Amino acid sequence: MNNRFDELLIETKLRLLQMHHDAKSGHLGGNFSCIDALMALHHLVMAEEDRFILSKGHSAAALYATLWSLGKLSEEALTTFTRDDSLLPGHPSGAGIPGLQFSTGSLGHGPSLAAGLALAARHMGHSRRVFCLCSDGEWQEGGCWEALTFAVHQRLDKLFILIDQNGLQGFGRTMDVISCEDLSPRIAAFGAEVRRVDGHDPQGITRALSPGEHGLPVVLILETIKGKDLHFENSLESHYLPLTPEQYLAARNAIMQNGGAR
Amino acid sequence: MRKAFAAAVLENHNTEDCFFLTGDLGFMALEEVRAAMGGRFVNAGVAEQNMVGVAAGLARERLRVIVYSIAPFCYARPFEQIRNDVCLGGLPVCLVGNGGGYAYGHMGPTHHALEDCATMNALGVQVLAPAFDEDLLALVGRFSRPTYLRLGLDARPAGTQAPVYNPWREVLPGKRGALAALGPMAGVAWQALQGLSQEERPAVWAVCEFDEFSIPEAFHRQIANGPLHVIEEHVAQGGLGTHLTMDLVKRGIGCSSFTHRFALGYPSGRFGSQNFHRAQCGLDTQSIRQMITDQP
Repeated sequence: MNNRFDELLIETKLRLLQMHHDAKSGHLGGNFSCIDALMALHHLVMAEEDRFILSKGHSAAALYATLWSLGKLSEEALTTFTRDDSLLPGHPSGAGIPGLQFSTGSLGHGPSLAAGLALAARHMGHSRRVFCLCSDGEWQEGGCWEALTFAVHQRLDKLFILIDQNGLQGFGRTMDVISCEDLSPRIAAFGAEVRRVDGHDPQGITRALSPGEHGLPVVLILETIKGKDLHFENSLESHYLPLTPEQYLAARNAIMQNGGAR
Repeated sequence: MRKAFAAAVLENHNTEDCFFLTGDLGFMALEEVRAAMGGRFVNAGVAEQNMVGVAAGLARERLRVIVYSIAPFCYARPFEQIRNDVCLGGLPVCLVGNGGGYAYGHMGPTHHALEDCATMNALGVQVLAPAFDEDLLALVGRFSRPTYLRLGLDARPAGTQAPVYNPWREVLPGKRGALAALGPMAGVAWQALQGLSQEERPAVWAVCEFDEFSIPEAFHRQIANGPLHVIEEHVAQGGLGTHLTMDLVKRGIGCSSFTHRFALGYPSGRFGSQNFHRAQCGLDTQSIRQMITDQP
Protein backbone atom coordinates (compact mmCIF):
# COMPACT_ATOMS: atom_id res chain seq x y z
CA MET A 1 0.00 0.00 0.00
CA ASN A 2 1.39 3.36 -0.89
CA ASN A 3 2.07 5.98 1.72
CA ARG A 4 -0.13 8.56 0.04
CA PHE A 5 -3.19 6.32 0.27
CA ASP A 6 -2.30 5.55 3.87
CA GLU A 7 -2.16 9.23 4.71
CA LEU A 8 -5.35 9.94 2.83
CA LEU A 9 -7.14 7.12 4.64
CA ILE A 10 -6.22 8.58 8.03
CA GLU A 11 -7.14 12.07 6.87
CA THR A 12 -10.51 10.85 5.63
CA LYS A 13 -11.27 8.95 8.81
CA LEU A 14 -10.48 12.05 10.83
CA ARG A 15 -12.77 14.08 8.60
CA LEU A 16 -15.50 11.46 8.98
CA LEU A 17 -15.09 11.56 12.72
CA GLN A 18 -15.32 15.33 12.72
CA MET A 19 -18.47 15.26 10.59
CA HIS A 20 -20.20 13.07 13.14
CA HIS A 21 -18.91 15.07 16.05
CA ASP A 22 -19.92 18.42 14.59
CA ALA A 23 -23.34 17.13 13.59
CA LYS A 24 -23.79 15.28 16.91
CA SER A 25 -24.84 12.37 14.73
CA GLY A 26 -24.96 8.67 15.53
CA HIS A 27 -24.41 5.68 13.25
CA LEU A 28 -20.67 5.96 13.77
CA GLY A 29 -20.23 2.24 14.18
CA GLY A 30 -21.41 1.26 10.72
CA ASN A 31 -19.49 4.12 9.14
CA PHE A 32 -16.23 3.12 10.75
CA SER A 33 -16.69 -0.53 9.91
CA CYS A 34 -16.89 0.24 6.18
CA ILE A 35 -14.73 3.30 5.62
CA ASP A 36 -11.65 1.20 4.78
CA ALA A 37 -13.61 -0.69 2.15
CA LEU A 38 -15.16 2.46 0.70
CA MET A 39 -11.76 4.09 0.41
CA ALA A 40 -10.19 1.00 -1.16
CA LEU A 41 -13.07 0.66 -3.56
CA HIS A 42 -13.11 4.28 -4.71
CA HIS A 43 -9.37 4.92 -4.76
CA LEU A 44 -7.91 1.56 -5.70
CA VAL A 45 -10.55 -0.49 -7.47
CA MET A 46 -13.21 1.48 -9.31
CA ALA A 47 -12.75 3.00 -12.75
CA GLU A 48 -14.62 6.15 -13.72
CA GLU A 49 -17.29 4.23 -15.64
CA ASP A 50 -18.01 1.79 -12.80
CA ARG A 51 -21.12 2.18 -10.66
CA PHE A 52 -21.51 2.15 -6.90
CA ILE A 53 -24.59 1.78 -4.71
CA LEU A 54 -24.52 2.34 -0.98
CA SER A 55 -27.25 -0.06 0.02
CA LYS A 56 -26.43 0.43 3.72
CA GLY A 57 -27.51 4.05 3.45
CA HIS A 58 -26.86 4.69 7.14
CA SER A 59 -23.17 4.80 6.25
CA ALA A 60 -23.73 7.88 4.14
CA ALA A 61 -21.15 9.90 6.03
CA ALA A 62 -18.40 7.44 5.19
CA LEU A 63 -19.34 7.72 1.54
CA TYR A 64 -19.46 11.52 1.71
CA ALA A 65 -16.02 11.57 3.31
CA THR A 66 -14.72 9.21 0.63
CA LEU A 67 -16.12 11.42 -2.12
CA TRP A 68 -14.49 14.38 -0.36
CA SER A 69 -11.17 12.52 -0.42
CA LEU A 70 -11.61 12.15 -4.16
CA GLY A 71 -12.32 15.84 -4.58
CA LYS A 72 -15.89 15.14 -5.63
CA LEU A 73 -17.46 16.80 -2.58
CA SER A 74 -16.21 20.07 -1.19
CA GLU A 75 -15.19 20.86 2.35
CA GLU A 76 -18.06 23.32 2.45
CA ALA A 77 -20.51 20.60 1.45
CA LEU A 78 -19.30 18.32 4.26
CA THR A 79 -19.98 21.02 6.84
CA THR A 80 -23.67 20.81 5.93
CA PHE A 81 -23.94 17.10 6.78
CA THR A 82 -27.40 16.49 8.31
CA ARG A 83 -27.97 20.25 8.62
CA ASP A 84 -30.80 22.30 7.11
CA ASP A 85 -30.57 23.16 3.42
CA SER A 86 -28.04 20.40 2.80
CA LEU A 87 -27.49 17.95 -0.04
CA LEU A 88 -26.04 15.51 2.48
CA PRO A 89 -28.75 13.96 4.65
CA GLY A 90 -28.09 11.10 7.06
CA HIS A 91 -29.08 8.64 4.37
CA PRO A 92 -28.08 9.65 0.86
CA SER A 93 -30.33 11.11 -1.76
CA GLY A 94 -29.91 10.09 -5.36
CA ALA A 95 -30.03 13.72 -6.37
CA GLY A 96 -27.11 16.10 -6.20
CA ILE A 97 -24.32 13.83 -4.96
CA PRO A 98 -21.67 12.92 -7.53
CA GLY A 99 -21.81 9.28 -8.50
CA LEU A 100 -24.93 8.45 -6.53
CA GLN A 101 -27.81 7.23 -8.62
CA PHE A 102 -30.36 6.24 -6.00
CA SER A 103 -31.76 7.29 -2.66
CA THR A 104 -30.92 4.56 -0.19
CA GLY A 105 -31.52 4.00 3.48
CA SER A 106 -34.38 1.55 3.55
CA LEU A 107 -32.40 -1.67 3.67
CA GLY A 108 -32.51 -4.37 1.04
CA HIS A 109 -32.94 -2.23 -2.06
CA GLY A 110 -29.33 -1.98 -3.25
CA PRO A 111 -28.77 -5.49 -4.62
CA SER A 112 -31.78 -5.24 -6.95
CA LEU A 113 -30.79 -1.79 -8.13
CA ALA A 114 -27.26 -3.02 -8.73
CA ALA A 115 -28.54 -6.04 -10.62
CA GLY A 116 -30.54 -3.70 -12.85
CA LEU A 117 -27.47 -1.59 -13.52
CA ALA A 118 -25.43 -4.69 -14.32
CA LEU A 119 -28.12 -6.03 -16.63
CA ALA A 120 -28.27 -2.67 -18.41
CA ALA A 121 -24.49 -2.61 -18.82
CA ARG A 122 -24.48 -6.05 -20.35
CA HIS A 123 -27.33 -5.15 -22.70
CA MET A 124 -25.50 -2.03 -23.84
CA GLY A 125 -22.22 -3.85 -24.29
CA HIS A 126 -20.41 -1.94 -21.54
CA SER A 127 -17.67 -3.60 -19.54
CA ARG A 128 -18.40 -1.51 -16.47
CA ARG A 129 -18.61 -3.17 -13.10
CA VAL A 130 -21.26 -2.51 -10.48
CA PHE A 131 -20.38 -2.46 -6.78
CA CYS A 132 -22.95 -2.53 -4.02
CA LEU A 133 -22.16 -2.23 -0.32
CA CYS A 134 -24.61 -3.82 2.13
CA SER A 135 -24.64 -4.33 5.87
CA ASP A 136 -24.89 -7.81 7.32
CA GLY A 137 -28.14 -7.13 9.16
CA GLU A 138 -29.53 -5.94 5.86
CA TRP A 139 -29.52 -9.52 4.63
CA GLN A 140 -32.46 -10.18 6.89
CA GLU A 141 -34.47 -8.37 4.22
CA GLY A 142 -36.07 -10.81 1.80
CA GLY A 143 -35.40 -8.47 -1.08
CA CYS A 144 -31.68 -9.18 -0.86
CA TRP A 145 -32.28 -12.85 -1.51
CA GLU A 146 -34.66 -12.09 -4.36
CA ALA A 147 -31.94 -9.99 -5.92
CA LEU A 148 -29.23 -12.58 -5.33
CA THR A 149 -31.35 -15.29 -6.92
CA PHE A 150 -31.98 -13.04 -9.91
CA ALA A 151 -28.34 -12.01 -10.29
CA VAL A 152 -27.11 -15.60 -10.14
CA HIS A 153 -29.73 -16.75 -12.64
CA GLN A 154 -28.83 -13.90 -15.00
CA ARG A 155 -25.12 -14.64 -14.44
CA LEU A 156 -24.34 -10.99 -13.81
CA ASP A 157 -20.60 -11.46 -13.56
CA LYS A 158 -19.80 -7.73 -13.41
CA LEU A 159 -21.77 -7.40 -10.20
CA PHE A 160 -19.86 -7.27 -6.91
CA ILE A 161 -21.82 -7.19 -3.67
CA LEU A 162 -19.80 -6.30 -0.60
CA ILE A 163 -21.23 -7.13 2.82
CA ASP A 164 -19.95 -5.29 5.86
CA GLN A 165 -20.15 -8.19 8.29
CA ASN A 166 -19.54 -6.47 11.60
CA GLY A 167 -21.83 -8.81 13.50
CA LEU A 168 -23.87 -6.08 15.16
CA GLN A 169 -27.19 -4.62 14.20
CA GLY A 170 -29.62 -2.11 15.68
CA PHE A 171 -30.61 -3.93 18.81
CA GLY A 172 -28.31 -6.89 19.21
CA ARG A 173 -25.70 -9.17 17.65
CA THR A 174 -26.71 -10.81 14.38
CA MET A 175 -26.07 -14.24 15.87
CA ASP A 176 -28.52 -13.49 18.68
CA VAL A 177 -31.15 -11.72 16.60
CA ILE A 178 -31.33 -14.08 13.66
CA SER A 179 -28.91 -16.93 14.41
CA CYS A 180 -26.47 -15.77 11.83
CA GLU A 181 -22.81 -15.23 12.56
CA ASP A 182 -21.56 -15.72 9.04
CA LEU A 183 -23.49 -15.19 5.82
CA SER A 184 -20.98 -17.03 3.62
CA PRO A 185 -22.54 -20.51 3.47
CA ARG A 186 -26.04 -19.17 2.95
CA ILE A 187 -24.97 -16.97 0.07
CA ALA A 188 -22.82 -19.69 -1.45
CA ALA A 189 -25.85 -21.96 -1.36
CA PHE A 190 -27.65 -19.46 -3.56
CA GLY A 191 -24.95 -19.92 -6.17
CA ALA A 192 -22.88 -16.75 -5.99
CA GLU A 193 -19.09 -16.78 -5.86
CA VAL A 194 -18.33 -15.96 -2.24
CA ARG A 195 -15.06 -14.53 -0.98
CA ARG A 196 -13.98 -13.32 2.43
CA VAL A 197 -11.48 -10.70 3.40
CA ASP A 198 -10.38 -8.58 6.33
CA GLY A 199 -12.60 -5.54 5.79
CA HIS A 200 -9.99 -3.23 7.28
CA ASP A 201 -7.28 -4.26 4.83
CA PRO A 202 -7.55 -2.09 1.69
CA GLN A 203 -4.93 -4.07 -0.14
CA GLY A 204 -6.68 -7.35 0.60
CA ILE A 205 -10.02 -5.86 -0.45
CA THR A 206 -8.49 -4.70 -3.71
CA ARG A 207 -7.16 -8.18 -4.43
CA ALA A 208 -10.45 -9.79 -3.47
CA LEU A 209 -12.31 -7.72 -6.04
CA SER A 210 -10.60 -9.36 -8.97
CA PRO A 211 -12.93 -10.63 -11.71
CA GLY A 212 -15.14 -13.58 -10.89
CA GLU A 213 -13.94 -16.95 -12.01
CA HIS A 214 -17.22 -18.66 -12.76
CA GLY A 215 -19.27 -16.12 -14.70
CA LEU A 216 -21.32 -15.39 -11.61
CA PRO A 217 -21.83 -12.39 -9.36
CA VAL A 218 -19.22 -12.09 -6.64
CA VAL A 219 -20.17 -11.54 -3.01
CA LEU A 220 -17.33 -10.29 -0.86
CA ILE A 221 -17.80 -10.72 2.87
CA LEU A 222 -15.90 -7.99 4.68
CA GLU A 223 -14.91 -9.13 8.16
CA THR A 224 -15.11 -5.88 10.05
CA ILE A 225 -15.29 -4.33 13.48
CA LYS A 226 -18.17 -2.01 14.16
CA GLY A 227 -16.97 1.37 15.34
CA LYS A 228 -13.37 0.48 14.66
CA ASP A 229 -10.91 2.70 16.58
CA LEU A 230 -13.69 4.34 18.57
CA HIS A 231 -14.14 3.99 22.31
CA PHE A 232 -17.24 1.89 21.75
CA GLU A 233 -15.60 -0.38 19.20
CA ASN A 234 -17.53 -3.62 18.65
CA SER A 235 -20.42 -2.58 20.86
CA LEU A 236 -24.06 -1.84 20.23
CA GLU A 237 -23.68 1.73 21.47
CA SER A 238 -21.69 2.56 18.35
CA HIS A 239 -24.81 2.12 16.25
CA TYR A 240 -26.59 5.09 17.76
CA LEU A 241 -24.66 7.28 20.14
CA PRO A 242 -22.83 10.45 19.15
CA LEU A 243 -19.43 11.37 20.60
CA THR A 244 -18.72 13.57 23.59
CA PRO A 245 -15.81 16.03 23.12
CA GLU A 246 -13.56 13.77 25.23
CA GLN A 247 -14.47 10.69 23.21
CA TYR A 248 -13.90 12.63 20.03
CA LEU A 249 -10.36 13.56 21.05
CA ALA A 250 -9.60 10.01 22.12
CA ALA A 251 -10.88 8.67 18.82
CA ARG A 252 -8.74 11.15 16.88
CA ASN A 253 -5.68 9.89 18.68
CA ALA A 254 -6.61 6.27 18.06
CA ILE A 255 -7.15 6.89 14.36
CA MET A 256 -3.84 8.69 14.02
CA GLN A 257 -2.14 5.74 15.67
CA ASN A 258 -4.02 2.88 14.04
CA GLY A 259 -6.14 4.26 11.25
CA GLY A 260 -3.98 3.79 8.19
CA ALA A 261 -3.92 0.83 5.92
CA ARG A 262 -2.64 -2.45 7.35
CA MET B 1 -57.08 -5.57 -22.59
CA ARG B 2 -54.10 -7.92 -22.28
CA LYS B 3 -54.10 -8.73 -25.97
CA ALA B 4 -54.43 -5.07 -26.92
CA PHE B 5 -51.66 -4.24 -24.49
CA ALA B 6 -49.37 -6.87 -26.00
CA ALA B 7 -50.16 -5.61 -29.50
CA ALA B 8 -49.35 -2.05 -28.47
CA VAL B 9 -46.03 -3.13 -26.98
CA LEU B 10 -45.10 -4.93 -30.18
CA GLU B 11 -46.24 -2.02 -32.31
CA ASN B 12 -44.38 0.75 -30.51
CA HIS B 13 -41.91 -0.56 -28.00
CA ASN B 14 -39.98 -3.45 -29.41
CA THR B 15 -36.91 -1.26 -29.57
CA GLU B 16 -33.36 -1.71 -28.32
CA ASP B 17 -33.87 0.79 -25.51
CA CYS B 18 -36.94 -0.91 -24.07
CA PHE B 19 -37.03 -3.77 -21.54
CA PHE B 20 -40.08 -5.78 -20.53
CA LEU B 21 -40.07 -7.38 -17.06
CA THR B 22 -42.81 -9.73 -15.95
CA GLY B 23 -43.42 -11.27 -12.57
CA ASP B 24 -43.99 -14.69 -14.10
CA LEU B 25 -47.28 -13.69 -15.71
CA GLY B 26 -48.49 -13.42 -19.28
CA PHE B 27 -49.60 -16.93 -20.24
CA MET B 28 -51.63 -16.76 -23.47
CA ALA B 29 -51.01 -13.06 -23.81
CA LEU B 30 -47.33 -12.19 -23.84
CA GLU B 31 -45.82 -15.08 -25.79
CA GLU B 32 -45.39 -12.95 -28.92
CA VAL B 33 -43.86 -10.13 -26.91
CA ARG B 34 -41.41 -12.58 -25.36
CA ALA B 35 -40.45 -13.98 -28.74
CA ALA B 36 -40.06 -10.57 -30.33
CA MET B 37 -38.07 -8.91 -27.55
CA GLY B 38 -35.66 -11.77 -26.92
CA GLY B 39 -33.20 -10.90 -24.15
CA ARG B 40 -35.01 -7.66 -23.41
CA PHE B 41 -37.96 -9.68 -22.17
CA VAL B 42 -37.09 -10.87 -18.67
CA ASN B 43 -39.24 -13.16 -16.57
CA ALA B 44 -38.06 -11.91 -13.19
CA GLY B 45 -39.92 -14.67 -11.40
CA VAL B 46 -42.23 -14.39 -8.43
CA ALA B 47 -40.20 -11.63 -6.84
CA GLU B 48 -41.88 -8.31 -7.48
CA GLN B 49 -39.76 -6.24 -5.12
CA ASN B 50 -36.64 -7.28 -6.95
CA MET B 51 -38.34 -6.81 -10.29
CA VAL B 52 -39.11 -3.15 -9.60
CA GLY B 53 -35.63 -2.56 -8.19
CA VAL B 54 -34.07 -4.09 -11.29
CA ALA B 55 -36.37 -1.93 -13.41
CA ALA B 56 -35.10 1.16 -11.60
CA GLY B 57 -31.52 0.09 -12.27
CA LEU B 58 -32.23 -0.39 -15.95
CA ALA B 59 -34.09 2.90 -16.18
CA ARG B 60 -31.25 4.75 -14.47
CA GLU B 61 -29.09 3.74 -17.42
CA ARG B 62 -31.54 5.49 -19.76
CA LEU B 63 -33.47 2.39 -20.73
CA ARG B 64 -37.26 2.41 -20.81
CA VAL B 65 -38.83 -0.34 -18.77
CA ILE B 66 -42.27 -1.92 -18.70
CA VAL B 67 -43.02 -3.91 -15.55
CA TYR B 68 -45.97 -6.27 -15.75
CA SER B 69 -47.92 -8.22 -13.16
CA ILE B 70 -51.37 -8.77 -11.75
CA ALA B 71 -52.33 -5.33 -10.44
CA PRO B 72 -51.94 -5.85 -6.67
CA PHE B 73 -48.59 -7.56 -7.12
CA CYS B 74 -47.50 -4.66 -9.28
CA TYR B 75 -48.35 -1.68 -7.03
CA ALA B 76 -48.81 -3.06 -3.52
CA ARG B 77 -46.15 -5.72 -2.98
CA PRO B 78 -43.25 -3.56 -4.25
CA PHE B 79 -44.65 -0.28 -2.91
CA GLU B 80 -41.41 0.82 -1.29
CA GLN B 81 -39.36 0.00 -4.38
CA ILE B 82 -41.76 2.13 -6.42
CA ARG B 83 -41.54 4.93 -3.87
CA ASN B 84 -37.80 4.95 -3.22
CA ASP B 85 -36.21 3.49 -6.31
CA VAL B 86 -38.48 4.65 -9.10
CA CYS B 87 -40.31 7.76 -7.88
CA LEU B 88 -37.54 9.50 -5.94
CA GLY B 89 -35.50 9.33 -9.12
CA GLY B 90 -38.41 10.19 -11.41
CA LEU B 91 -37.45 7.22 -13.56
CA PRO B 92 -39.16 6.18 -16.79
CA VAL B 93 -40.72 2.96 -15.57
CA CYS B 94 -44.21 1.97 -16.70
CA LEU B 95 -45.86 -0.30 -14.14
CA VAL B 96 -48.60 -2.30 -15.76
CA GLY B 97 -51.18 -3.76 -13.43
CA ASN B 98 -53.46 -6.24 -15.09
CA GLY B 99 -56.93 -6.59 -13.60
CA GLY B 100 -57.81 -3.27 -12.03
CA GLY B 101 -60.74 -3.28 -9.61
CA TYR B 102 -62.52 -6.61 -9.22
CA ALA B 103 -61.38 -7.87 -12.65
CA TYR B 104 -59.87 -11.04 -11.19
CA GLY B 105 -63.30 -11.78 -9.71
CA HIS B 106 -63.42 -15.41 -8.62
CA MET B 107 -59.70 -15.45 -7.84
CA GLY B 108 -60.51 -13.72 -4.58
CA PRO B 109 -59.69 -10.55 -2.71
CA THR B 110 -55.89 -10.88 -2.77
CA HIS B 111 -56.06 -10.54 -6.55
CA HIS B 112 -58.29 -7.45 -6.60
CA ALA B 113 -56.91 -3.93 -6.92
CA LEU B 114 -59.29 -1.48 -5.30
CA GLU B 115 -56.94 1.22 -4.06
CA ASP B 116 -54.26 1.13 -6.72
CA CYS B 117 -54.99 4.50 -8.32
CA ALA B 118 -55.02 6.27 -4.96
CA THR B 119 -51.81 4.59 -3.90
CA MET B 120 -50.01 5.50 -7.08
CA ASN B 121 -51.52 9.00 -7.19
CA ALA B 122 -50.19 9.56 -3.68
CA LEU B 123 -46.67 8.90 -4.95
CA GLY B 124 -47.08 11.28 -7.87
CA VAL B 125 -47.13 8.41 -10.34
CA GLN B 126 -48.97 9.15 -13.57
CA VAL B 127 -52.06 6.94 -13.44
CA LEU B 128 -53.60 5.79 -16.71
CA ALA B 129 -56.85 3.82 -16.74
CA PRO B 130 -57.75 2.95 -20.32
CA ALA B 131 -61.43 2.46 -21.00
CA PHE B 132 -61.25 0.64 -24.32
CA ASP B 133 -58.85 -1.69 -26.08
CA GLU B 134 -57.96 0.94 -28.67
CA ASP B 135 -56.71 3.24 -25.91
CA LEU B 136 -53.69 1.04 -25.32
CA LEU B 137 -51.92 2.24 -28.45
CA ALA B 138 -52.09 5.78 -27.10
CA LEU B 139 -51.16 4.92 -23.53
CA VAL B 140 -48.59 2.16 -23.51
CA GLY B 141 -45.18 3.65 -23.27
CA ARG B 142 -45.87 7.01 -21.70
CA PHE B 143 -42.39 6.96 -20.22
CA SER B 144 -41.76 10.57 -19.40
CA ARG B 145 -42.12 9.83 -15.68
CA PRO B 146 -43.16 6.99 -13.38
CA THR B 147 -46.40 5.62 -14.73
CA TYR B 148 -49.03 3.13 -13.66
CA LEU B 149 -51.20 1.61 -16.35
CA ARG B 150 -54.33 -0.06 -15.01
CA LEU B 151 -55.65 -2.72 -17.34
CA GLY B 152 -59.24 -3.91 -17.15
CA LEU B 153 -61.82 -5.29 -19.52
CA ASP B 154 -63.25 -3.24 -22.37
CA ALA B 155 -66.99 -3.32 -21.57
CA ARG B 156 -68.50 -1.11 -24.27
CA PRO B 157 -71.58 -2.39 -26.09
CA ALA B 158 -70.88 -4.81 -28.91
CA GLY B 159 -70.60 -3.20 -32.30
CA THR B 160 -69.82 0.29 -31.01
CA GLN B 161 -66.71 2.26 -31.78
CA ALA B 162 -64.67 4.01 -29.14
CA PRO B 163 -63.95 7.70 -29.73
CA VAL B 164 -60.32 8.60 -30.44
CA TYR B 165 -58.30 8.62 -27.22
CA ASN B 166 -58.51 11.62 -24.98
CA PRO B 167 -58.19 11.76 -21.18
CA TRP B 168 -61.84 12.84 -21.09
CA ARG B 169 -64.22 11.62 -23.78
CA GLU B 170 -67.97 11.85 -24.08
CA VAL B 171 -68.92 8.36 -25.18
CA LEU B 172 -72.70 8.68 -24.95
CA PRO B 173 -74.58 11.97 -25.24
CA GLY B 174 -77.22 12.87 -22.70
CA LYS B 175 -79.13 15.91 -21.47
CA ARG B 176 -79.60 15.14 -17.77
CA GLY B 177 -76.35 16.19 -16.22
CA ALA B 178 -73.20 14.11 -16.63
CA LEU B 179 -71.71 10.82 -15.50
CA ALA B 180 -67.95 10.48 -15.19
CA ALA B 181 -66.71 6.89 -15.24
CA LEU B 182 -63.19 5.72 -14.52
CA GLY B 183 -61.66 3.55 -17.23
CA PRO B 184 -63.70 0.49 -18.21
CA MET B 185 -66.66 1.61 -16.08
CA ALA B 186 -67.41 3.95 -19.00
CA GLY B 187 -68.24 0.92 -21.10
CA VAL B 188 -70.45 -0.46 -18.34
CA ALA B 189 -72.32 2.83 -18.08
CA TRP B 190 -72.56 3.01 -21.85
CA GLN B 191 -74.20 -0.42 -21.85
CA ALA B 192 -76.49 0.49 -19.01
CA LEU B 193 -77.79 3.76 -20.38
CA GLN B 194 -77.80 3.39 -24.15
CA GLY B 195 -81.42 2.28 -24.08
CA LEU B 196 -82.62 5.49 -22.46
CA SER B 197 -83.41 8.62 -24.40
CA GLN B 198 -81.04 11.59 -24.21
CA GLU B 199 -83.63 13.46 -22.16
CA GLU B 200 -83.65 10.64 -19.60
CA ARG B 201 -79.92 10.06 -19.23
CA PRO B 202 -76.76 11.98 -18.38
CA ALA B 203 -73.90 12.34 -20.82
CA VAL B 204 -71.45 9.52 -20.17
CA TRP B 205 -67.78 10.43 -19.99
CA ALA B 206 -64.87 8.04 -20.06
CA VAL B 207 -62.14 9.38 -17.79
CA CYS B 208 -58.75 7.75 -18.20
CA GLU B 209 -56.29 10.08 -16.48
CA PHE B 210 -56.08 11.78 -13.11
CA ASP B 211 -53.14 14.06 -13.56
CA GLU B 212 -54.43 16.89 -15.68
CA PHE B 213 -57.93 17.78 -14.85
CA SER B 214 -58.38 19.61 -18.08
CA ILE B 215 -62.04 18.90 -17.74
CA PRO B 216 -63.82 19.88 -20.94
CA GLU B 217 -66.04 22.94 -20.89
CA ALA B 218 -68.87 20.80 -22.17
CA PHE B 219 -68.71 18.73 -18.98
CA HIS B 220 -68.84 21.88 -16.85
CA ARG B 221 -71.88 23.07 -18.73
CA GLN B 222 -73.63 19.73 -18.34
CA ILE B 223 -73.32 19.69 -14.57
CA ALA B 224 -73.92 23.41 -14.06
CA ASN B 225 -77.65 22.88 -13.89
CA GLY B 226 -77.85 19.15 -13.52
CA PRO B 227 -76.78 16.15 -11.53
CA LEU B 228 -73.24 14.80 -11.43
CA HIS B 229 -72.61 11.07 -11.13
CA VAL B 230 -69.21 9.48 -10.63
CA ILE B 231 -68.69 5.73 -10.89
CA GLU B 232 -65.44 3.92 -10.34
CA GLU B 233 -64.29 0.40 -9.54
CA HIS B 234 -61.98 1.81 -6.89
CA VAL B 235 -62.36 2.86 -3.27
CA ALA B 236 -63.69 6.34 -2.63
CA GLN B 237 -60.53 7.60 -0.98
CA GLY B 238 -58.16 8.98 -3.56
CA GLY B 239 -60.21 7.89 -6.52
CA LEU B 240 -61.85 9.75 -9.38
CA GLY B 241 -64.68 11.10 -7.19
CA THR B 242 -62.40 12.78 -4.69
CA HIS B 243 -60.08 14.14 -7.36
CA LEU B 244 -62.91 15.46 -9.51
CA THR B 245 -64.91 17.09 -6.74
CA MET B 246 -61.82 18.76 -5.33
CA ASP B 247 -61.03 20.13 -8.74
CA LEU B 248 -64.57 21.38 -9.23
CA VAL B 249 -64.58 23.06 -5.83
CA LYS B 250 -61.29 24.79 -6.61
CA ARG B 251 -62.82 26.11 -9.79
CA GLY B 252 -66.02 27.15 -8.04
CA ILE B 253 -68.15 24.87 -10.16
CA GLY B 254 -71.19 23.30 -8.53
CA CYS B 255 -73.88 20.86 -9.55
CA SER B 256 -77.48 20.26 -8.57
CA SER B 257 -76.76 16.86 -7.01
CA PHE B 258 -73.86 14.45 -6.59
CA THR B 259 -73.91 10.67 -6.66
CA HIS B 260 -70.78 8.64 -6.12
CA ARG B 261 -70.65 4.88 -6.68
CA PHE B 262 -67.39 3.20 -5.82
CA ALA B 263 -65.81 -0.08 -4.67
CA LEU B 264 -67.04 -0.94 -1.19
CA GLY B 265 -64.69 -3.83 -0.62
CA TYR B 266 -66.59 -6.94 0.41
CA PRO B 267 -69.77 -5.69 2.11
CA SER B 268 -71.47 -9.09 2.30
CA GLY B 269 -68.33 -11.03 3.12
CA ARG B 270 -69.05 -13.18 0.08
CA PHE B 271 -66.98 -13.52 -3.04
CA GLY B 272 -67.67 -14.10 -6.70
CA SER B 273 -67.20 -12.81 -10.22
CA GLN B 274 -66.33 -9.26 -11.17
CA ASN B 275 -69.98 -8.66 -11.94
CA PHE B 276 -71.01 -10.05 -8.54
CA HIS B 277 -68.77 -7.55 -6.80
CA ARG B 278 -69.86 -4.73 -9.07
CA ALA B 279 -73.48 -5.49 -8.23
CA GLN B 280 -72.69 -5.41 -4.51
CA CYS B 281 -71.35 -1.90 -5.01
CA GLY B 282 -74.10 -0.68 -7.32
CA LEU B 283 -71.69 -0.68 -10.23
CA ASP B 284 -73.30 -3.24 -12.52
CA THR B 285 -75.40 -2.23 -15.52
CA GLN B 286 -78.72 -2.79 -13.79
CA SER B 287 -77.78 -0.75 -10.74
CA ILE B 288 -76.39 2.08 -12.81
CA ARG B 289 -79.52 2.25 -14.93
CA GLN B 290 -81.64 2.25 -11.81
CA MET B 291 -79.50 4.97 -10.26
CA ILE B 292 -80.40 7.18 -13.23
CA THR B 293 -84.04 6.24 -13.67
CA ASP B 294 -84.81 6.50 -9.95
CA GLN B 295 -83.50 10.05 -9.78
CA PRO B 296 -86.44 12.47 -9.55
